[in-house]
Amino acid sequence: MPVEDKSVIEENVAKIPVGSIQAANGHAGSISFRSKSTMEMNGSNGHQTSHDSTPSMPWFGMDIGGTLTKLVYFEPTDLSEAEEESEVETIKNIRRYLKSNSAYGETGHRDAHLQMEKLRVGNRTGTLHFIRFPTSEMPQFLELSKSKGMATLASTICATGGGAYKFEEDFQREVNLTLHKFDELDCLIHGIEYIEDNNMDRECYYFLNPRNEETCEKVTFDFSDPYPFLVVNIGSGVSILAAYGPDNYRRVSGTSLGGGTFLGLSCLLTGCKTFEEAIELAAKGNNENVDKLVRDIYGGDYDRFGLSGDIVASSFGHMNSAEKRAKVSREDLACATLITITNNIGSIARMVAANEKIEKVLFVGNFLRVNPISMKLLSHAMDFWSGGQLKAIFLEHEGYFGAVGCMLELMRTGDAMASS
Amino acid sequence: MELQKYAGSILLPDTDVVFRNIKNAKRFAIDIGGSLTKIAYYSTVSHRKVLYNAEKDSAASVDGKDYQYESSETERLHFVKFETKYIEHCLDFIRNHLVFSKESMAGKSIKATGGGAYKYAELIQQKLGLTVEKEDEIGSLIKGCNFLLRNIPDEQFSYSRHEDPEYRFINTEPHIFPYLLVNIGSGVSIMKVEADDKYDRIGGTSMGGGTFWGLGSLLTKAKGFDELLQLASEGDHRNVDLLVKDIYGGDYSALGLTGGIIASSFGKAMHHGHTKNDDSPGFSEADIARSLLFTVSNDIGQIASLYAMLHGLKRVYFGGYFLRNHPVSMHTISFAINYWSRGAVQALFLRHEGYLGAIGAFLRGAEECDTEKYSWGENYAGSSGLQSPLPHPPVGGWPGGTIDQLEIDRCDQQLTFFPLLAHPEEYVPDAVDLTKDKEARDYWLSCFESSLGSFVNRAISSQPNSPDSKERANKFRDKYLQRLHNLKNHPFAYGNLTVRSLLDMREHCLNEFDFPDPYLQQKKLENENALKLLKNHLDFLDGLDYNKRQETLIRGVLAGNVFDWGAKEVVELMEKGLGFKEAADKLQVRPWLHDDLDAWINRQQQSPYRCAVIFLDNSGCDVVLGIIPFVRELLLRGTRVVLCANSKPALNDVTAEELTMLMKQVTAVCPIISKHLENYTLCIRESGQASPCLDLSRLPLSLVDEIVQWGCDLVVMEGMGRAIHTNLLTPLTCDSLKLAVIKNRWLAHRLGGDMFSVMCKYETGSKKVSGEFSITNSVSTAAS
Repeated sequence: MPVEDKSVIEENVAKIPVGSIQAANGHAGSISFRSKSTMEMNGSNGHQTSHDSTPSMPWFGMDIGGTLTKLVYFEPTDLSEAEEESEVETIKNIRRYLKSNSAYGETGHRDAHLQMEKLRVGNRTGTLHFIRFPTSEMPQFLELSKSKGMATLASTICATGGGAYKFEEDFQREVNLTLHKFDELDCLIHGIEYIEDNNMDRECYYFLNPRNEETCEKVTFDFSDPYPFLVVNIGSGVSILAAYGPDNYRRVSGTSLGGGTFLGLSCLLTGCKTFEEAIELAAKGNNENVDKLVRDIYGGDYDRFGLSGDIVASSFGHMNSAEKRAKVSREDLACATLITITNNIGSIARMVAANEKIEKVLFVGNFLRVNPISMKLLSHAMDFWSGGQLKAIFLEHEGYFGAVGCMLELMRTGDAMASS
Repeated sequence: MELQKYAGSILLPDTDVVFRNIKNAKRFAIDIGGSLTKIAYYSTVSHRKVLYNAEKDSAASVDGKDYQYESSETERLHFVKFETKYIEHCLDFIRNHLVFSKESMAGKSIKATGGGAYKYAELIQQKLGLTVEKEDEIGSLIKGCNFLLRNIPDEQFSYSRHEDPEYRFINTEPHIFPYLLVNIGSGVSIMKVEADDKYDRIGGTSMGGGTFWGLGSLLTKAKGFDELLQLASEGDHRNVDLLVKDIYGGDYSALGLTGGIIASSFGKAMHHGHTKNDDSPGFSEADIARSLLFTVSNDIGQIASLYAMLHGLKRVYFGGYFLRNHPVSMHTISFAINYWSRGAVQALFLRHEGYLGAIGAFLRGAEECDTEKYSWGENYAGSSGLQSPLPHPPVGGWPGGTIDQLEIDRCDQQLTFFPLLAHPEEYVPDAVDLTKDKEARDYWLSCFESSLGSFVNRAISSQPNSPDSKERANKFRDKYLQRLHNLKNHPFAYGNLTVRSLLDMREHCLNEFDFPDPYLQQKKLENENALKLLKNHLDFLDGLDYNKRQETLIRGVLAGNVFDWGAKEVVELMEKGLGFKEAADKLQVRPWLHDDLDAWINRQQQSPYRCAVIFLDNSGCDVVLGIIPFVRELLLRGTRVVLCANSKPALNDVTAEELTMLMKQVTAVCPIISKHLENYTLCIRESGQASPCLDLSRLPLSLVDEIVQWGCDLVVMEGMGRAIHTNLLTPLTCDSLKLAVIKNRWLAHRLGGDMFSVMCKYETGSKKVSGEFSITNSVSTAAS
């Protein structure tokens, strides 16, 4: 991380609010740990660091969201023979289990295409794995962890997201794991910065000609001069952060209309069961059978205010007519839902960017997974409504930044925390 | 006393049926929405008006022939709201009741706005024979909004469901621009309005009323928008939405998010049908409707606040069919705006938001009628209040039910703010807001109800030759009682409830049933009796030394002010016969409840005022023996005097026309008055009021111009209505003298005095609000 040690320390000390929250949750003193370990953190970028400060394996970072739980696991690939021999059997088991599968139970998935190799974390080199499962499956996850012997490791695990609070007791009881909780927005920002630094040429991209299927192109975005930028994290709900510099950011807005709303409404409207199914339906549908367009009201463009006829004037505006309801398909409904939610997020993001005078807007979160429709819509909306001022930027590791940032916190706080 | 011939040709508006007064309708506009249609029509209402014969000399007045009733026309704008599905029945009704034939409508046009204007153009043409002219929707909305903000007192309000009172009304302001107008129709349009002709659509969102209605129709069995709203008010969104506490197990205090905040709308719905055997999703259709209402309202509030902040606007008004003054929606939007703007932006709603488009379209079509050169006022007798629709019987194929309507009367002139208000933007006439003050509200509502009988009797006896006066008086009673009872449950129905609004409503109801001036004979009689005493009284005053005379003059005004037919306890005294001297004896012994008499006398020893404006109260002893000698003294000291009397009758208050007649008789007694009238150093002006109270935000423009031109430096307000119920706390930039006798025992006690307590409040002009006076404090306390 290209940061002066001293300034980071000051930043961290200054960020009393985060520390005070942790104190309120029984982790008083974490501010000083963080300040100290920030220096250790820099070890991950190649500085000399003593072995003592790295936490014991396994290294996880976990982001327990309202809908999905995201897990990153660091697999060291630089184990010496001696290390390998001395390694506890359980850790080997866990590594083998996670590595050899790309699906866990019915609903857990490892996103093999995202995994990052030869990555330096702490003082080690290895592979970063990205795993997700529905938060509703947490009991099964805990059961699995138990069966794999996690409980015997008597370790700690770093977690962020609301579930870190909600499931704290379950972790303790079921697998004897103490959850060390971190602020989810800290984790998110640190995760983005870290992945961007380590996946430089591939991580950020944008769409050229998003509205034209033939000429639309995914182009790498040079994010080497990032600040200021806006992060729109679309999970179940949406959080919008403005980052002005390293460790200088704040949550500026958000909306409850997010991925959870899309999936919830899609389930109610189409009877679909999963996000993937909803997205597939949406891709086949036509929202014009559901939404009222400007031309449906004005017969064409609304010239007085420069509104083109094909703009959606009223989402679901046709659906108060029984006649139109009878003609509409599940696909159309899913499509309209996706467009409504996406456009709304786009509007809010655009307004927030204008209010904050920020031009780069990063869209992250699992709502964008397998969802090119939304990405292209957002790209177009940012560009069109701002007259080219704003740019929508996407990241390959969409929903995993919180979990990554969380694992980095483990590196920062390491054994100091484990012994506390 | 001989009574005037009853002007029999007057046809009262049909009060039982919707589309009142439609037979005289001269011009129409229509706003056809997807669910509701609003029709606007311009009509004239016949009124009996007292016409004075100025040519008659004073001697002739004794036998009462110096005036007669005359039928006069008042211009009135009617607005009726009904469900679009009944549009055909409504058009039929209008056609069948128009005086004018369909043929006579040929060549005339109707302004139409709203989404349905295209769809129903042919139907309107066919039913009414009017050519349909489509008006731009947004332009109409803004025109309508400006009109309401300028003309209708307490039009705008903020809303919070958990506060008492829930509604906080804001009086009209001299500067209405700039503002943001958010129109929530099927979709949402957001307009920045900077001047009458300067506005732009700066944004919008497709999540609007159509989204609520459309999704609601897909997800519930509710039929129609209203059923959906009803369903929403029964549901619990927490079963459908994922809350912060569902994710965190509690608050997310790092971000100041409490557990109850919605993290993901419909976030719990995704588990619906998760397991096939589980057919109970954990939420009902009502829960879905509620969540949907929250989702849409919250989103609109957030987007509106973002636009407001980006453009630096503090006020956001909402219009369109979505809100309908529905408490849950208004609350959610207000909450969202406040939350997202951190209090910097205020969500404001309009009592008549549903009529914006219809009003605007009408005004566009009525430009040649000079509608904008006049001020308008809400008629409380004809308008239904907030959440107080009026019942209506079945009309043709239109089933009976309830209906919302608005009636506004054209004032004879353009009204504007009094130029000497220290804080015109903060001006609220009323000293006590009965919407906030339950004790005072209960008292005044029961007080007005219990004194109603004597008003009914007075009304009947004022028209002994009329064959139907009793019937009309009973209708008046029923209507006013209905209004009073509704106000018990909905004190916010017509804006802030105040003693003034209750008095005005009574006047409107009396007029509605053709009792334009129940105190006509009484006023005349009292004026005549008082005139007989004037000469001696002036001689007596002239015999006093200067300081004693100043005190006696003030005492005279106060003694005169006792003669008030609006005060129940005094009415009993007057009915037994009350003299001027007796009245003076009733006055509280000094020191008075508020006693600035010495300060006033002291001021009278200094240089005279340049110009005094006096707002008058009662006829009889009050004006003749109290005010006229006081005025004469000012004139003698070289002060120009402008006497402002009511434009229209209210109780026994003297009207400008009556005053003009009266002064002719005074000139015969007093050459000083005569000389100054001739020199225009004494003028009689209409105050623009038709109320026992005084609203300084609605004075005739011509009067205001003169006040400025003549450099008015003293304002005198007289009587309970003008100086206590209203304006007691109003700071002016010039000196002011507020004189009144408190003739209501309850009020006197509340202000810390007793019956016949005296208010003599003399203040020097200041930009600052004075909080020093004890009476000010006690009234403030009473008001809070």
